[in-house]
Amino acid sequence: MTNSSLVQARALRKEYGRGDGLVRAVDGVDLDIAPGERVAVMGPSGCGKSTLLHLLGGLDRSSGGELWFHGRRIGQLSERALAEMRRKEVGFVFQAFHLMEELTAQENVELPALLAEVRPWAARRRARDLLERVGLGDRAGHLPSALSGGQRQRVAIARALVNEPVLVLADEPTGNLDSAATLDVLRIFEELHAAGQTLVIVTHDERIGATADRLILMYDGAFVDETTLVGGTRRSLSTLIGLEDSAGE
Amino acid sequence: MQQEAVLALLAKEPAHAYQLRARLDDALGPLGEGLNAGHIYVTLGRLERAGLVVVEEPCAAPDRSDRKLYTLTPAGQERVSQWLSELSWPKPDLAEFHLKLIAAAGAGLTDPISIIGAQRRELLRRLRDAQHAVMGEPADSDASLLLEGIVLRLQADLRWLEACQRNWASRRSNHRRSDQ
Repeated sequence: MTNSSLVQARALRKEYGRGDGLVRAVDGVDLDIAPGERVAVMGPSGCGKSTLLHLLGGLDRSSGGELWFHGRRIGQLSERALAEMRRKEVGFVFQAFHLMEELTAQENVELPALLAEVRPWAARRRARDLLERVGLGDRAGHLPSALSGGQRQRVAIARALVNEPVLVLADEPTGNLDSAATLDVLRIFEELHAAGQTLVIVTHDERIGATADRLILMYDGAFVDETTLVGGTRRSLSTLIGLEDSAGE
Repeated sequence: MQQEAVLALLAKEPAHAYQLRARLDDALGPLGEGLNAGHIYVTLGRLERAGLVVVEEPCAAPDRSDRKLYTLTPAGQERVSQWLSELSWPKPDLAEFHLKLIAAAGAGLTDPISIIGAQRRELLRRLRDAQHAVMGEPADSDASLLLEGIVLRLQADLRWLEACQRNWASRRSNHRRSDQ
């Protein structure tokens, strides 16, 4: 890899099936993600955005093209090395939370750290700090079933962060959440971004998309539009609701 | 902003202009920042000339406009009740945008998809600003409720633009196919 990107994809492809049933889920994607960048990918259901996220996080292998992650070529990694990369360098957040129902919030957050051979006392402390950070310090001993959807997703975010990943990938993180819980998740992403965390978020929710640094629109496996949003409009919000210009009528 | 909104803020009790300004600021939060400081005085002057408010001035300092106390007249009170019961709703100008796309495609002047893309980017930036304002407001503020309305409205417009994008993209590919 010749530049400073954390993730670099060239002509990346993922196909399923063959012959007439061939589906090009990801069809020739070029992508560069800089460290600390917050990128959102939007598009209709089935446009390939989740498949892309799975490729970026090493949950799935590509059918063609090249993908570099953190200086390594993912296609050349062994299964074992890929699993190690997923465990230690990537944090995943899913729409359906995917928490272990029989473990407490604290234990759910600790688990990936223990699997990455972090010492139990250190894992415990990291989990406690992270739950505090997502505003759930007082819920550490609760089972997921005793938490609201928004709280479960915050536990899942804490879990995604426990091994200090260089990249956090979120697949429809607010898809199952109401407006207030969505705002909580947005605030956490905002803090992570301020702390320099690299984030890639696949979403249907324009509110999430609009708060990213860069928003990519995907149709039929390919990128069709890309918008850099840093800085916003730099205009007064009042123009949005016609509050301005009225004095001069 | 409608004069009636200022008028209605006087319905609770007579007030000085600066008090009305403070009530507006509480209600609008960051959205009130674009309001000109003199706006309230201009509006109150108009309402006074229209006979909807009367002014009491303390004779000690007749030259100081910020000492004026504004009170609704009976006609002003009637206008406020009328305004509160009116069914008005701001209309977004979708038809104009729709016609713009059709005209652009018909005349072959500009690609409708690029018009949609530019509009989408502008709305996304506005949504970003509005969303940041929401995140900066305490959850129980009056302004956050207004901001939520703005966010939802922009989301609805963006979804419509997505439908426009799909529709015009498929028209374009059908057109290409029929050319071959």
